[in-house]
Amino acid sequence: MDGSSPPPAVTTHRLIAASAPAHDVERADVEAVGSVAYRKLYKKREPIYPKAAQGVFRRAKWAILGVLLVIYYATPWIRWDRGPGRPDQAVLVDFAGRRFWFGPIELWPQEIYYITGLLILAALGLFLFTSLFGRVWCGYACPQTVWTDLYLWVERRIEGDRAAQIRLAKQGWTLDKIGKKAVKHAAWLAIAAATGGAWVFYFGDAPTLVREIFTGAASPTTYGFIGLLTFTTYALAGAMREQVCTYMCPWPRIQAAMMDEQSLTVTYRKDRGEPRRAFRKGESWDGRGDCIDCKQCVVVCPQGIDIRDGLQLECINCALCIDACDAVMEKMGRPKGLIAYDTDLNMDRRSKGAPERFDLVRYRTVIYALSMVGVAALMLYSLATRQTLQLNVIRDRNPAFVTLADGSVRNGYTLKIINMQPRARDVTLSIEDAPGAVMTIPGATVAGDVAHLRAAPDAVTETHVFVALPREAVHEASHTITFAVSDAVADADGRIAVDRNPTAFLSGVHDDD
Amino acid sequence: MSEHKKDIDAHSGVATTGHEWDGIKELDNPLPRWWLIIFYATIAFSVVYWVMMPAWPTLTGFTHGVRNYSDRAVVAQELSALKAQRAPEFERLMQVSAEQAEQDPALMNFARAAGKAAFGDNCATCHGAGAQGGKGYPNLNDNVWLWGGTLDDIEHTIRVGIRSTHADARFSQMPAFGKDGLLTEAQVTDAAEYVVKLAGGPAKDAAAVRGATIFGEQCAACHGADGKGDRTQGAPNLTTGLFLKADPAAVASKDWTSLRGSIVAQITTGSGGVMPTWEQRLDPATIRALAIYVHSLGGGEATVDPAAATPAAAATNPTR
Ligand code: SF4
Ligand code: SF4
Repeated sequence: MDGSSPPPAVTTHRLIAASAPAHDVERADVEAVGSVAYRKLYKKREPIYPKAAQGVFRRAKWAILGVLLVIYYATPWIRWDRGPGRPDQAVLVDFAGRRFWFGPIELWPQEIYYITGLLILAALGLFLFTSLFGRVWCGYACPQTVWTDLYLWVERRIEGDRAAQIRLAKQGWTLDKIGKKAVKHAAWLAIAAATGGAWVFYFGDAPTLVREIFTGAASPTTYGFIGLLTFTTYALAGAMREQVCTYMCPWPRIQAAMMDEQSLTVTYRKDRGEPRRAFRKGESWDGRGDCIDCKQCVVVCPQGIDIRDGLQLECINCALCIDACDAVMEKMGRPKGLIAYDTDLNMDRRSKGAPERFDLVRYRTVIYALSMVGVAALMLYSLATRQTLQLNVIRDRNPAFVTLADGSVRNGYTLKIINMQPRARDVTLSIEDAPGAVMTIPGATVAGDVAHLRAAPDAVTETHVFVALPREAVHEASHTITFAVSDAVADADGRIAVDRNPTAFLSGVHDDD
Repeated sequence: MSEHKKDIDAHSGVATTGHEWDGIKELDNPLPRWWLIIFYATIAFSVVYWVMMPAWPTLTGFTHGVRNYSDRAVVAQELSALKAQRAPEFERLMQVSAEQAEQDPALMNFARAAGKAAFGDNCATCHGAGAQGGKGYPNLNDNVWLWGGTLDDIEHTIRVGIRSTHADARFSQMPAFGKDGLLTEAQVTDAAEYVVKLAGGPAKDAAAVRGATIFGEQCAACHGADGKGDRTQGAPNLTTGLFLKADPAAVASKDWTSLRGSIVAQITTGSGGVMPTWEQRLDPATIRALAIYVHSLGGGEATVDPAAATPAAAATNPTR
């Protein structure tokens, strides 16, 4: 297919090396599936059978995985009492009702900028963490990593670890194999369906939805989204795995711009490891590197790469190779950390004999941190001083103005009074800076330029208003008049809600006549 | 693409298609499998589609497909469903009087929406999309009415039309004073000058005085001695300055040169516009909805209180 001479045996799954080891370190005679030497543009996916790792980072990753999954699955079930007639789900995106509920916060569609703010915060946070600790997001928190890890765990429960999986793959279709594969895929599908199921709970009342889903009463949209997320979870975490990170995800490309030579990344310390060579008992460690070429870092890698090739786009910094190599070093009686979180700069420093250092405080990190604080402060301020009574004014365009029989000029406006409180409000609508203005509102009592209206609770009340100005008061083709709505009673915080909105009053008149 | 000179690209090791464009060759990589699968799936889909749906033209028509689907039938179905859905509200609209309908917010909203749609389909051609009118076509937003601005007046006008084919059509006829030689050209100019004066314009005194006499003799019978018009015979009020037969821009900006010309032209020709009768075209409920819509545009008058007909009161009509 590639036309070139095929690479030498890309994956040979032999477990024990030819040269008898003089220690109890397991050796693997393999080439990394995604090793730099054999990476091709058009190549069929080589299956990767990552070996289970054990160590500090593996334990940390299990803990983080647990916490994240609990957050994901449990959040929709947290209740939050908001009083009668309002949803009691703590986190709810209500598309039909056009509200976003987040604990005590209720957001309207026009306040979507808070979501924008959250996204900006998340992006800045990602930038900050990337410039400090490299791809920690990829390694620990990304859903692709979390779910793939979970799927791998299930796979090992059923098919065994790497060696058993490879054996199973090579063997013919026995009943045992069919059984194992069936159980595995069923378990994967169940997890995928639960993932899709949990997703829809964020968009509707979870207890109601779960009943509807199982009785077949939920909407086709609900089933559609569950199906879609079931499929993507199954496909991305079960089948595509490392390909998502390597080929689909933009983040590996973007992060290259976020990192610098001071960012921590999972690094093979070649200054210490090379020249690598298998270790024979009694051999001296002088004149050779600490890497004994046992390739345990390669077999645990879920991305199918060899960290010893250097910093690579494929590496998600999951740190499992650190765990693998640390175990080897321990057995060999060498210091841990042949593979470790390190920076380019420190490798450089060590090679020059200078002391290592790691600066948390750098221009880049300070700027990211300050921007985050700034955005967060801005959002908090705007949330705290948020208007719960708002007035939108839309001027009639056709006709722009109407001259009446007595010479006075009339304009029409559609007012939208937005009441974000759960109580009906008696509001006063008035016109400012237009003496002599006469307001007419169908169905409402109006005294000159002041009217009393009722704003429905938690809703937009729309009213059409005519405003007439006597001929003597009109001097220009366009005047500015200001509508104001104010609540009759004070809010819970003691403030009386008021909103003003200036608009144009057109007359077609020029002041010389 | 002859086999014997298969050209292998040195860099990638892939065969090229054999074509060369300004030194650029195309690699002959196989198509991705997923792409091919989708491609074949689309072909399979189109075959299924031909069987299921109308697809091929024939000499006399087209193949209808197993589903016998037709967009036109679907639209017709949706339209009749919509009609059926709205029927109860239209019915309710005819069970109460137009005034009562205006007092009921739900019914009023429905009538306004239905009226607005009907207005756009039927009336906007002449009166404009915003009912703002034009030269010779009344503006329905203001409080100037030739035949009355109450709900009943408006409904009746829509029903029978003006100078239409309907037996009870609203009808008035202004003589073509100039054209038919009833007045000389100078007399027409003088009368026009008096109308300018009535409307509060900068009239030339001597001409206006001469015009006043002519007005008293020729025009007052219909337009009234004070020029305030008479709605019972559709004679316009000449004192407002809102001339129907003048350019609306000139009316708005009080361009008296232009207005004066329009007044002279009107006295000369006595032209009158035509509004069709809608009784045969629209059902009574739609006409009522139209009347309510037009009445709600801002200039509608209250039915009971004749005092409301005074311009200032009508402008700020408190009953609505
Ligand atoms: S880096 Fe560590 S785990 Fe990897 S081959 Fe060398 S000694 Fe083994
Ligand atoms: S090279 Fe190491 S850190 Fe990178 S993906 Fe593989 S195991 Fe994880």
